[in-house]
Amino acid sequence: MASFVEIRDLKLGAMTDSGRDVEIIKGVSFDIAEGEIVALIGESGSGKTTIALTLMGHCRPGCSIRSGSVVVDGKDMARLSERDRAAMRGTEVAYVPQSAAAAFNPAKRLMDQVVEVAQIHKLMPMNQARAKAVELFRALALPDPETIGQRYPHQVSGGQLQRLSAAMALIGGPNLVIFDEPTTALDVTTQIEVLRAFKSVMAAGGMAGVYVSHDLAVVAQIADRIVVLKGGEVQEIGTTAQILNDAQHPYTRDLLAAFHPVPHAVVAETQAAEPVPALEVRQVTAGYGPVDAKGVPHKLALRDVSCVLEKGRNLGVIGESGSGKSTLARVMAGLLPPASGQVLLGGQVMEGEARRRSKDQLRRMQIVFQLADTALNPARSVGDIIGRPLGFYHGLKGAAREARIIELLDMVRLPATMRHRLPGELSGGQKQRINLARALAANPEVILCDEITSALDTVVAAAVIELLKELQRELDLSYVFISHDLSTVQAICDEVMVMLNGAKVEQLPADRIHESARHAYSKLLFASVPKLDPGWLDGVTRDPEFAASLARR
Amino acid sequence: MTARSYSNGLFGYRLSAVGTVAALVILFWVFIALFGPVLTPYPPGEIVDMDYFGPMSAQFWLGSDYLGRDMLSRILMGARYTVGISLAAVVISCFMGVVLGMTAAVLGGWFDTCLSRFLDALNSIPSKLFGLVVVAGIGSSIPVLVGVLAVIYTPGSYRFARALAVNINTMDFVTVARARGERTPYLIGQEILPNILGPVLTDMGLRFVFIVLLLSGLSFLGLGVQPPNADWGSLVRENIGGLPFCAPAVIMPSIAIATLTISVNLLIDNLPVRIRDRSE
Repeated sequence: MASFVEIRDLKLGAMTDSGRDVEIIKGVSFDIAEGEIVALIGESGSGKTTIALTLMGHCRPGCSIRSGSVVVDGKDMARLSERDRAAMRGTEVAYVPQSAAAAFNPAKRLMDQVVEVAQIHKLMPMNQARAKAVELFRALALPDPETIGQRYPHQVSGGQLQRLSAAMALIGGPNLVIFDEPTTALDVTTQIEVLRAFKSVMAAGGMAGVYVSHDLAVVAQIADRIVVLKGGEVQEIGTTAQILNDAQHPYTRDLLAAFHPVPHAVVAETQAAEPVPALEVRQVTAGYGPVDAKGVPHKLALRDVSCVLEKGRNLGVIGESGSGKSTLARVMAGLLPPASGQVLLGGQVMEGEARRRSKDQLRRMQIVFQLADTALNPARSVGDIIGRPLGFYHGLKGAAREARIIELLDMVRLPATMRHRLPGELSGGQKQRINLARALAANPEVILCDEITSALDTVVAAAVIELLKELQRELDLSYVFISHDLSTVQAICDEVMVMLNGAKVEQLPADRIHESARHAYSKLLFASVPKLDPGWLDGVTRDPEFAASLARR
Repeated sequence: MTARSYSNGLFGYRLSAVGTVAALVILFWVFIALFGPVLTPYPPGEIVDMDYFGPMSAQFWLGSDYLGRDMLSRILMGARYTVGISLAAVVISCFMGVVLGMTAAVLGGWFDTCLSRFLDALNSIPSKLFGLVVVAGIGSSIPVLVGVLAVIYTPGSYRFARALAVNINTMDFVTVARARGERTPYLIGQEILPNILGPVLTDMGLRFVFIVLLLSGLSFLGLGVQPPNADWGSLVRENIGGLPFCAPAVIMPSIAIATLTISVNLLIDNLPVRIRDRSE
C-alpha cells in the first residue's frame, strides 16, 4: 500500500568549513496519507524544518541528501532533476513560511504576489486566477476579500499577512502544503484566527499537510498525527491523542511536562507585611519621538501606568506586541526617561535617566533581555562579561573576582570552565544563564526579566524558570516578569498585570486569573491560550461570547 | 569523519593562495623599508654612472637615473619614505576617525550632528587640491606631509567607523551596559571597539593604498618629499624625461608603487578566514 507521501530512511548531511562531515538528519521514515495533516515537533536544531523542505526537494545551501527517498505522489523528490522539482513546487507541493512579512515583496501589491504561482506555471488565465484568489481570501476569513488584494503588505496586519501567504500557497491547488511555524511570531489572539482559517481551508480542500512547530498545544488543534523529533531522529510517531495522553518516549513526556509548569506557590503572607515595596511605578507616561511644548512625546507607548512590586514577590506583565510592556521595563531601568510620573526603588524616588541615578540604585535593579544572543558582547569571554559588574559595583579584582565568577556560574548551574568561552560557543539556554549570572553579579534586589524565555525551547525555558525560582529562594529577589506567554507568567508570578495599547487593563492574582478577570480583553487573552486538548479550538470558536469579543478586538 | 583535516589552518585561520602571495610581497617591502640603507650597493645620492638613463646591467641592476645615480639604491631608499609616511598618516587618520566615530555614535545628539557636518564639509574638498594648497602654503616637510595626509583621510574613516558603531550601539549588550551606569569611554573601548575591529582594520588597509597613491601623486607634482631625498613618486617625476628612451628609471619606481598597492588590496580582499567549525 503506497501512501501519498513516503519518506524512507532519509539521511541528510553537510560539510563544515574545516572539512568535517556533519549528519543532520539520521535516517528518518514516515508516511502521510492523502488528506492527512502530520505535525513535525521538536526543539530548534531537531531537523524539523530541514525534513519539511526535502518534501519540495529543497536543501539549504551546503546541505545535501545523502541517502533515502522522499516520494511525493509517486515521484522521488531526492532524485528528480531541478527542472522537474521546480515544476512540482507550487502546483503539487506548496510552502507557507514562518515569517510572512519577510516572504512578501513590500513593493508589489498583494494580489500580484498571490497569483504569481498561477502565472509562473501558466495554470489558468489571470482573470480566473484573481477570482480564485478572492475565493481563497473569503475561505481564509480575510476582511474585504474583494479589495484586500489591492493593498500593499505593510497595509495589513501580521495575522492577515500570514493568511495571505497561505492563499499564495493554495492558489496552485497543491496536494501537499508545508506550514513552517506559521503562527510562532503571532500574538495568541491573532494565532487563534489564523489557526481557525488554516484548519477550515485544509478540511475543505482535502489536502495533505505538514505542520512544523515547537508548540504542542497548537499542533494538537490541527494535526491528525504527530512526529516527535530530536537531534535529527524520530523519537516517537503517533496519533495526536496517543501522543497527548499516552506518550511512550521520555523526551515526549519532557515536552508535555514542560507544558504543565508547576504553579508558583505563593510566598508566605507574613512577608507581605513589609511596609515599603521593592519597586513602585507611579502614573508613568512615556513615549518616543519628538517632544511637544507640554513635554509629551509624539508617540505614546505608556499612558498613566502604575504598579507595585512587593519585596520577595513577582509581578508578571502580560500583553500582546505593542502593548507597551517592554517600554515599561525600559522606563524602570532608566533607559527611557518618562514624560511624567515616578519610579521608586525601595521607597526612594529615582531619576528618570540611568546616568543620573546613583551607582547603588543602579546596582539594586538589574535588567535581563529577551535575546541572549544580542545581550552578550560576542567579542568578550564569559568571565569578562560576568566579571565587569563585579569590578564596576563592588570593586572586586584578581583572585577574589575570579572566585566570585566561579561561584556565580555555579549558581546558574554552569561549570567553572565556561568562563573562558566566548558567547558564540554556547547554546541558547546557556547564554540566557550567563545573562542571568551577569545580573546576579550586582547583588540586586529587583531583576527585570524582559521575555527571557520567549526565544528558548519549551524544555529549556522550563529549566530557566525553575532556576529563577531557586535563586529567588536563596537570594531574596523580586522579579518583574514580562512575557506574552501566560503559562510562563503563571509559573513564576504572584500577580499578573494585563496591558493593552500602553495602558494597564487590570491586575490579578496569578493563581486565580480566570476567575477574577473582569475586563473583556483579559478574558479574551486568557481564553486564547491554546490548550493541550485537540477539541479546544473548535470549542472556543463555537462559544458565541468569545467570538464576539474576538471580532470586536 | 576528520579524514580531511586542514593542516594549513594556522591558529584556526585559513589564507588563500592569492592572499599568501600578496602578504609575501607586503612583507618584502616592509623588510626593504626597514633594512634598505644597509642593502644599497651605492650611496643613493652620488653620481656613479657616466651615462644617464643607463640600461639595466650587471653593474647597475635597475639602470641609472637622469643624473647617473644608481636606481636600485634610490628605490631601496625611497621605500622608507613611501611606506613610512603613508603608514604614519594612515595610523593617525584611522585612530582619529575611529575614536571620533565611536564617540559620535554613542553620545549622539548635537555632538554627533556638529562633528558629522564639520567632517562632511572637510570631505567635500577634493583631496589633491587640499594637499596642494596646504603644502604650497606652509612648505613641504615630512611632518607636514604626514599631517596633511592624515587630515585628508580622517573624515572617510570617521564615516565608516560611525556607521559600524551605530549598529553595535543598538545591541542589547550596550543597553545593558548603559543600564549598569557605564561611562562613554568604557562603552567605546570595551563594548563597541572589539566588535568593529575587523572591518576597521580592513578599511585601514584600503586607506593605506589611497595614501600611498596620493603621496606619490604629490611627490610627482613636486610637492611631496623634497630632493635630495626621494620617495617612489618623486623618482617617477625626476626621471619622466627618460620615458622616450624606455629607461628603466621611470618604469621601476612605478612597478614598486603598483606592487605595493595591488598587494595590499589583494590581501584585504583575501583576508585570512576564521574556521568557524568549533564544535569538535
